[in-house]
Amino acid sequence: MSRYLRDLAAGAADVVRKGVSRREVIVTGVAASGALLVGCSMADAMSAGSPVKAGEFGAFLKIEADGAITVVSKHIEMGQGSHTGLSAIVAEELDADWNRVKIEQAPANTKLYANTLMGVQGTGGSTAIANSWDQLRKAGAAARAMFVQAAANLWQVNAAEITVKDSIVSHAKSGKSAAFGDLLKDAAKVTPPENPTLKDPKTFTLIGSDRVRRKDSVAKTNGTAKFTIDVQEEGLLVAMVAHAPRFGGKLKSFDDAAARKVPGVVDVFKIPTGVAVVANDTWSAKQGRDALSVEWDEEKAETRGTDVLLADYRKFAAGQGPADLKWEAFDSKGDPASVTDGELFEATYDFPFLSHASMEPLDCVARVKGNSVKLSFGCQFPTLDQLNTARIVGNLPGAIEIETLFAGGSFGRRANFQSDYVVECVHIAKKVGKGVPVKLIWTREDDMRAGYFRPIAHHAVKVRLDKDGYPAVWTHRIVTQSLMKGSPMAPKGIDQTAVEGTMGSPYLKATPIVDAKAHMPDIGVPVLWWRSVGATHTAYVMEHTIDQLARKAGKDPIEYRRTLYQKAGAKRHLAVMELALEKAGPTAAEGYTRGIAVHESFGSVVAQIAEVKMAPGGLEPKVGRVITAIDCGVAIAKDQIASQMEGGTCYGLSAALYGQVTLKDGHVQESNFDTYRVLRMNESPTVETHIMPSGNAPSGAGEPGTPVIGPAVANALLAMGRPATLSQPMVKPGVV
Amino acid sequence: MAVNLEINGKPVTVKAADDTPLLWVVRDELGLTGTKFGCGVAQCGACTVHIDGQATRSCVTPISAVAGMKVTTIEGLGGSHPAQQAWAKLDVPQCGYCQSGQIMSASALLAEKPSPTDEEIDAAMSGNICRCGTYQRIRAAIKEAAGIGAALPKTAEAAPAVATASPGAAR
Repeated sequence: MSRYLRDLAAGAADVVRKGVSRREVIVTGVAASGALLVGCSMADAMSAGSPVKAGEFGAFLKIEADGAITVVSKHIEMGQGSHTGLSAIVAEELDADWNRVKIEQAPANTKLYANTLMGVQGTGGSTAIANSWDQLRKAGAAARAMFVQAAANLWQVNAAEITVKDSIVSHAKSGKSAAFGDLLKDAAKVTPPENPTLKDPKTFTLIGSDRVRRKDSVAKTNGTAKFTIDVQEEGLLVAMVAHAPRFGGKLKSFDDAAARKVPGVVDVFKIPTGVAVVANDTWSAKQGRDALSVEWDEEKAETRGTDVLLADYRKFAAGQGPADLKWEAFDSKGDPASVTDGELFEATYDFPFLSHASMEPLDCVARVKGNSVKLSFGCQFPTLDQLNTARIVGNLPGAIEIETLFAGGSFGRRANFQSDYVVECVHIAKKVGKGVPVKLIWTREDDMRAGYFRPIAHHAVKVRLDKDGYPAVWTHRIVTQSLMKGSPMAPKGIDQTAVEGTMGSPYLKATPIVDAKAHMPDIGVPVLWWRSVGATHTAYVMEHTIDQLARKAGKDPIEYRRTLYQKAGAKRHLAVMELALEKAGPTAAEGYTRGIAVHESFGSVVAQIAEVKMAPGGLEPKVGRVITAIDCGVAIAKDQIASQMEGGTCYGLSAALYGQVTLKDGHVQESNFDTYRVLRMNESPTVETHIMPSGNAPSGAGEPGTPVIGPAVANALLAMGRPATLSQPMVKPGVV
Repeated sequence: MAVNLEINGKPVTVKAADDTPLLWVVRDELGLTGTKFGCGVAQCGACTVHIDGQATRSCVTPISAVAGMKVTTIEGLGGSHPAQQAWAKLDVPQCGYCQSGQIMSASALLAEKPSPTDEEIDAAMSGNICRCGTYQRIRAAIKEAAGIGAALPKTAEAAPAVATASPGAAR
């Protein structure tokens, strides 16, 4: 993960260098901020022109005279619960009264709020807690030290004798005590220590306790939580856009006579991505958009279907592609040709395109007046959205104001290099002008047909076993589109997002000879990270392959894993597997069969034991109890880690069982939840979460729970005596 | 065309065209944004409201069809409905976008069946999609609200978050 994030950071720096020319920065930067920015850092360049400033207690903390404490979150809350965990970190080191802690979403400002693992402001890669851990501990501890010093000065006592609990500063010997609010003015004058003393984790009282619960549950159960679609203000217009029916299609001509006759429609015009209809309300905008007659130029459009693409991928992996096909090695040791005896296992696996299908279809609100822009939306990657917006209006990225709202899910979709839907909204608001608020709404169909899918992937695996039945030679070919290629963040080496999970697998580490390569074809279908990214396919292939190898070798899959983890020195894999086994107990529920899978992603290791039976009718699997063990370092918000395991399991299971976007002659066939099947209540498993005690720094929780359930179910099917499941989705459309 | 109806106990007259879905009248004209748009074709349940007490998908209900009827949205549920309390107690929501619709379906179920079985919960709730996957907590919250809950299944019950010596520390 670290190399991938380093690549991301390097790529981001590059974006800024290319995107903000020296001249722009100097000329506009000086005018806007009054500071000379020659030779400035990327963060300086990206935040030039920003009015955002840190307060007396730093960029992450505000304290009011009445004792109210506000933690400023640089990360968006899109369901993953990071607002809860982030505020708990600050509150722990500050010794704040947790009941008085509120959370506020940070504005866009790269310098103050960059993700420390990425170098740009953004949420992703399950890094919200991991990258904030040191930063927010210091923020809380520094503010605590300021209050302690203020009290010591005021009471003329030794600061070392002062204690803090629940926002009350006390000195036992003198019997003096005061609330944060009472000491506020004096504390604000104390110079914050640069390296404040942090607590010994053994003394944590809030972190890891059951008191760390979501702060937004009430707002999210009474209708008041504000999402992008909920923005309502005087004069707001709603926009919908007619998009090209195939990827790469361009607007040729359009007839808007009927659209303009729809009551409520205000304007119709061309934008780079199609034809925008602007109206007084949503329903009028939709009726206007549907009344458009549009002709598209599809000369350069992608016209292949998914069956054609997959057939090509299979040929490439089988060595039947063009001679000059580019293969990139991602793991290579020994000479595969040196071993010719031993049993040979061969399997290939196919994975479809997947839509993120967040519950809130993509949307954005923009107000553009001259080159001044204010955006309000579920913004996952402020730095890139600022940059892409700045290019349209000709302003400094830092001057683009962003109000980040709750996102109704994202799963990666709102972290987009091109800021696709944001840019579309800005183009419309620019044309409308005068600072009039414009809310762009995509329908479910727009969202599902817009691409940025989890790419199709094909794996071809050949493993030769040694005399004891363990892998002696592992040959692996992956064909899948690169997520990063062509993007401003493209890494110089291999795109790890395509191979992570096979690359770095303990099974390859335990194999003496490895020949693993990937080919990343150029396809005219935009693709993007999708919750757990490369692991969505690599975890499945590695874990389902291991069970098949164990069975071929006549060994128990759990014992087989134990041996391989020991060979690889994969102690964390071994430990979480043992924890899951211990918690699972000896037998499955009546009528169910167990399957296991273990996978590391985003710094965390997850083991799952899934209890599976065939649903009535025998055509699709039904998953019951899922025993989950995770090692994610220090557990800050235990109940939210459990939530992420429950949710990640449902998201992964939904994809493994039902998820697929198909293209026919370049046309996306699925349009809504009637054709893109997703997991529902009656198909939902019951997930138990067991957290490995750990003193290590926290690692990811949002994504690592997603990729493990698919192979666990496939392995349960194997245990039932059913054949290996070599393509997803497991349940073919039309069968049920 | 003006349509008279009752929203959350108050009589209102709305001016939308006859075929305008109730969803967009509620959101855009009446400013009640707790009811959400998810699919527009009655497949996801995010837009669920009560019409004369029945859970109904407002995205496919034309405004003309509810003339003279009583509509309740999430805002009209009062905030302290047992389902809302149970939802908050168990931290059901993740992104939260679908939860208004989930709660409206659940509250209609509880009104009809005060102690629903798992099968009855499946039948009443499988029209409501949650992409965050909060289903097991929704089930637990419905039981909690019904007073028949064993609360959550075993979650996060593992050992203390921080330990001095553990297999996990050997990274």
